[in-house]
Amino acid sequence: MTSITHDESAYVPPAEVEEPELYHPKSFVGKYIWSQDAKVIAVQYAITAIGVGLVALVLSGIMRLQLGFPHAFSFINPSNYLQFVTMHGMIMVIYLLTALFLGGFGNYLIPLMVGARDMVFPYVNMVSYWVYLFAVLLLMASFFVPGGPTGSGWTLYPPQAILPGTPGANWGIVLMLVSLAFFIIGFTMGGLNYVVTVLQARTRGMTMMRLPLTVWGIFMATILALLAFPALFVSAIMMTLDQTLGTSFFMPALVSQGQHLNYNGGSPILFQHLFWFFGHPEVYIVALPAFGIVSDLIAVHARKNIFGYRMMVWAILAIGGLSFVVWAHHMYVSGMNPYFGFFFATTTLIIAIPTALKVYNWVLTLWRGNIHLTVPMLFAIGFVFTFINGGLTGLFLGNVPVDIPLSGTMFVVAHFHMVMAVSPVLVVFGAIYHWYPKITGRMLNDTLGKFHFWVTFLGTYAIYYPMHYLGFLGVPRRYYAMGTTVFVPESAQSLNEAITIAALIVGAIQVVFLYNLIWSYFKGKPAGPNPWRATTLEWQTPHTPPKHGNFGATLPAVYRWAYDYSVPGAAEDFIPQNQPPGKKAKGLEQALDASDLGAQKLDGAGTPKPIGS
Amino acid sequence: MAQPALTGTGAVLPRPEGLQGIVADWSSDQRAFKNVPWGKAMMWIFLLSDTFIFSSFLISYMTVRISTTVPWPNPSEVFGLAIGGVEVPLLLIAIMTFVLISSSGTMVLAVNYGYRKDRVKTFVFLLLTAALGATFVGMQAFEWTKLIVHEGIRPWGNPLGAAQFGASFFMITGFHGTHVSIGVIFLIIVAIKVLRGDLDRMRPGFMTGRKGSYEIVETMGLYWHFVDLVWVFIFAVFYLW
Ligand code: HEM
Ligand SMILES: [Cu+2]
Repeated sequence: MTSITHDESAYVPPAEVEEPELYHPKSFVGKYIWSQDAKVIAVQYAITAIGVGLVALVLSGIMRLQLGFPHAFSFINPSNYLQFVTMHGMIMVIYLLTALFLGGFGNYLIPLMVGARDMVFPYVNMVSYWVYLFAVLLLMASFFVPGGPTGSGWTLYPPQAILPGTPGANWGIVLMLVSLAFFIIGFTMGGLNYVVTVLQARTRGMTMMRLPLTVWGIFMATILALLAFPALFVSAIMMTLDQTLGTSFFMPALVSQGQHLNYNGGSPILFQHLFWFFGHPEVYIVALPAFGIVSDLIAVHARKNIFGYRMMVWAILAIGGLSFVVWAHHMYVSGMNPYFGFFFATTTLIIAIPTALKVYNWVLTLWRGNIHLTVPMLFAIGFVFTFINGGLTGLFLGNVPVDIPLSGTMFVVAHFHMVMAVSPVLVVFGAIYHWYPKITGRMLNDTLGKFHFWVTFLGTYAIYYPMHYLGFLGVPRRYYAMGTTVFVPESAQSLNEAITIAALIVGAIQVVFLYNLIWSYFKGKPAGPNPWRATTLEWQTPHTPPKHGNFGATLPAVYRWAYDYSVPGAAEDFIPQNQPPGKKAKGLEQALDASDLGAQKLDGAGTPKPIGS
Repeated sequence: MAQPALTGTGAVLPRPEGLQGIVADWSSDQRAFKNVPWGKAMMWIFLLSDTFIFSSFLISYMTVRISTTVPWPNPSEVFGLAIGGVEVPLLLIAIMTFVLISSSGTMVLAVNYGYRKDRVKTFVFLLLTAALGATFVGMQAFEWTKLIVHEGIRPWGNPLGAAQFGASFFMITGFHGTHVSIGVIFLIIVAIKVLRGDLDRMRPGFMTGRKGSYEIVETMGLYWHFVDLVWVFIFAVFYLW
């Protein structure tokens, strides 16, 4: 047997940098409101994101009601429907998933997992959250302005987005664009922190190739976001100018509702390119953290090292790089030079290679593992299912001739919900079940968790499988009601009813999850420091939940990679990253001792002194 | 040998030269960029992100310039300046560019004296840089006034040709001018910190609570050079194309 990437060393280099001074507020407000502690900021991000996420969930329920029972609800009219579609999509993608993965899990896990006291610039990190909150409030405000929120679809394509006739063409769209701009500003402040913390603030012994894959995923996603959001930022500015000042960046000369408008000579296709230059990497901004987290969940709960750690890292990097050269596969029907279609179809299929590689590695990690079907593990395995599903339909849509008849149908809706809506959301759930014990010190209720999983997972299939079929029939997306057509049979309506019932059940069941979160916070079983017997540093903290500064008096030193599970000959079936080799640890306390010992031995010269001055 | 990595314990870690050194740094623990302070690393990454913003702006400008059906105004006429009745093309912009590039020079000197912890000289050159930056913004305001008041150019249209001319000109130079203005404000803040000796005494920052250090002069310098560099591109595609 060839040896696995069992990266272990006895020597740990001395500390290079002086530890930063943390700002320790005394008051409640300083600790929990204007907090500079990444862990508190993470929870703030998470609560806000889940809060708006619930709004988006309710909107999806309303849309489903309309689609399932087209004539039953008088409060939904065609304009409303479009507004709900738009807000649902945008909130889910940006304000829920991006914010939750990067602002939420990124803030909580990066410093803990790399062995840092906090993010490198806690003040900037704090401002990041408040700007995000402001962006969310702006977006929510658009529900209350005259004309309501924009109904242009989450892609916000001009010219229609700012023309009379589209709902929210006056106030809604401007609020949306300004809110996006603020979101990007806030995100950039946080994102710079995440990247620099991973690159420059790791603890002693923590090499890049010893980082848990969770950190790799979030790190790469942040880089993608820092390079992709600029395109959205610029297009938001230009469209705002088009709408308010009457410039013609995206607006050609056109006649609308019988009137010749004052626009002339702009390029709507330019917007599409800018939008998708952001939009496709955005898919990976929510997928890469999910990839990383799932890798760790699977390894921990199958008590096995992740299969092909190095390949997993390279795949993350490759996907990140390639995701910038596939964007126009969203524009096959926009009117492009056919050679472009050829190029983008090719790159799209190439990106499937590293992605498939990751899927194989997850499956091979599970293969003959000591699988514990805990709730996080269930969600992780559920993710592998839904992701393979969505990935396969993605291969269909990546090909121009297949995409042309399918684009704009429910098939596309089914595809992207499988691959980038439900899959990351399953990971979010799994991750919350996994890290909740560290965040609060209590376990989430297992029975409720399993119930939550099975309903959500099976419900997903009940909702989206039939949708593929509707797409084949030619049922278009973003349609308020079908009316009569020659190509869609009557029976499609009964399918729609069934989907709606499934969607409502899945939506309602999330209340169980929320209840679990709140109930367990007070009444849950105490978790202890390391309930899953995991190796990574966040589980080795002296306090649970970790205090400000994370690691007590000395920072841990890292002696091995993150995946020493079931190592032959070891006393336990896991060896924490901060346990030096050669020491047969019997439990967590010893592991902690060991790290402190190691730290003292190697620190030698005592307190580090500042450098660079 | 490349510069060794400095450590808090006073031990020095030797590093190999060239490509091997880069590989060694990236496969080492703690820091991928040895001896690079956090603030500086952060500024570099921010500038990378900002590069994408300006690239998107400039590519959009080029696209609309091609897509519009109305003829583009002739830049050397629009941006001319009359001196004693003689129209000199691109005169104002030449002066503006000269001023901004010079400010990069003074910034270099400020960083240099910052390394030597020469409080007064660092202060003087920072302030000089800020003054040159402010001059640039002032001249830009003058140019805007000229275009708006005398030539009648507006973001939504202009008498000389394509409406996209004014739109992209005001948007992009405005965005760049904002960068310069923000830079001027921060240059003044850093200059005051230097003069007061905050950096020598490692006095904690007013908002961030971080200890002051001369690194911020260099970080400031990175930003400033970037803003200058961007101007060169704007200059090339707006005034010379
Ligand atoms: C219970 C869960 C969900 C249900 C029932 C649901 C349902 C729907 C429905 C009915 C539509 C509109 C289809 C149309 O008329 O074109 C839609 C669109 C969309 N959804 Fe979901 N959705 C759910 C979760 C999510 C999540 C988690 C995301 C996160 C990425 C998401 C992203 C989107 C996007 C991007 C659109 C497209 C919006 C547009 O066409 O502009 N959805 N969803
Ligand atoms: Cu895509």
